[in-house]
Amino acid sequence: MTINAMTAQQVTQKILNNEPLFILDVRNEEAFQDWKIEGKSLTYLNIPYFDLLDGVEEILDQLPVDQDVIVVCAKEGSSVMVAEMISEEGRDVSYLQGGMKAWSEYLEPLKVADLRDGGELFQFVRIGKGCLSYMVVSRGEAAIIDATRMTDVYIRFAEEKGAQVTHVFDTHLHADHISGGRELAEKTGATYWLPPKDAGEVKFNYAPLKDNKIVKVGDTEIAIHALYSPGHTIGSTSFVINGQYLLSGDILFIDSIGRPDLAGKAEDWVKDLRETLYSRYKELSDELIVLPAHFMIMDELNENGTVAEKLGTLFSNNHGLNIEDETEFRKMVTENLPPQPNAYQEIRETNMGKISPDEEEQREMEIGPNRCAVR
Amino acid sequence: MNSTKVLDAKGLACPMPIVKTKKAMKELETGDVLEIHATDQGAKGDLTAWAKSGGHELLKSDEENEVLKFWIQKG
Repeated sequence: MTINAMTAQQVTQKILNNEPLFILDVRNEEAFQDWKIEGKSLTYLNIPYFDLLDGVEEILDQLPVDQDVIVVCAKEGSSVMVAEMISEEGRDVSYLQGGMKAWSEYLEPLKVADLRDGGELFQFVRIGKGCLSYMVVSRGEAAIIDATRMTDVYIRFAEEKGAQVTHVFDTHLHADHISGGRELAEKTGATYWLPPKDAGEVKFNYAPLKDNKIVKVGDTEIAIHALYSPGHTIGSTSFVINGQYLLSGDILFIDSIGRPDLAGKAEDWVKDLRETLYSRYKELSDELIVLPAHFMIMDELNENGTVAEKLGTLFSNNHGLNIEDETEFRKMVTENLPPQPNAYQEIRETNMGKISPDEEEQREMEIGPNRCAVR
Repeated sequence: MNSTKVLDAKGLACPMPIVKTKKAMKELETGDVLEIHATDQGAKGDLTAWAKSGGHELLKSDEENEVLKFWIQKG
């Protein structure tokens, strides 16, 4: 029977369309437990490929015949082997092209909003890793915020929109993924903006992003307004676009808040985090649409796949914004934290330009979920 | 560490390091030690999990000049 190579994009479409898909994940149990393809319409079976070397007969009756079955492994090789064995048993089967590596790198661009004068705001959902980046397009110019290292995706997208990338921003020095900001700026000639308090040790030139700085995109009134909002890092800066959208970086998520410990300074930064969330953000309009830099769980996605919610709604529903007692808050964000992201120290050093791992090393460093939040 | 046999799986991508390890292990006696050299980063987690599920013991693992080394005793 036939073997079909299913791309990360096709899997993403199925998840967003709520179509059933059966995942036979043949990585080892630990890898599967740590990080897998997530989606409400998915069902799973995890059997390591090394337990299937002698044949797949024993698991055939666990594979449904009334829905698509996709075999998934780390890099594709083992899933092709297992898919071939399943196919030889007379079943149609797919494998995930490029494996979890491709899954980790796939970006789904979704339109969040039309801005004034034909401007547009896009969210790039890195569904496998829970990272969100943004592009503002306005009158032939584009600005990109919190870019991933898959810089070609943004460049191609901007080209399709007929826009020149003029500004690239990072809300903070990332610890969970390698920023594409510097590379994008180099490739396009754009200005690369970083919060100076996070950039003390960086080895390259950047434009310092100060509180209240306003950057215009295109010749219209689309303004990106920097709002100093420390806590996840000391330099963390949010952006208010057009007075309507709050890009909250890793400070505030839909169902969680940022963790203050990834630079080793949890105790120092707890106060900043609380101040940002409970005072600075509180003063902003409830009508602002929050667009974070991450999601943790698929429930944070809206029906259309975007991750966006009104600030007012988050103030009533997000547990992290509703802890009256300061001691309890401190406890929540410094104790019982989830494990730190894979290779987060090396990732920070890469983002500072201190080390320059090759692409394959960068992939390995980014394996796994992002884990930037506390719930 | 003394090994009964050395398996060179360098440059091989998943699933080959495990396929070869399994084959080499079949030819050894209980208590023998197979030394495996691999370059696929995935080998770390997979060989550990494979040894456990097969009743073998991973005695030691090491990394030298980007080569991963494993010593597995047949169970």
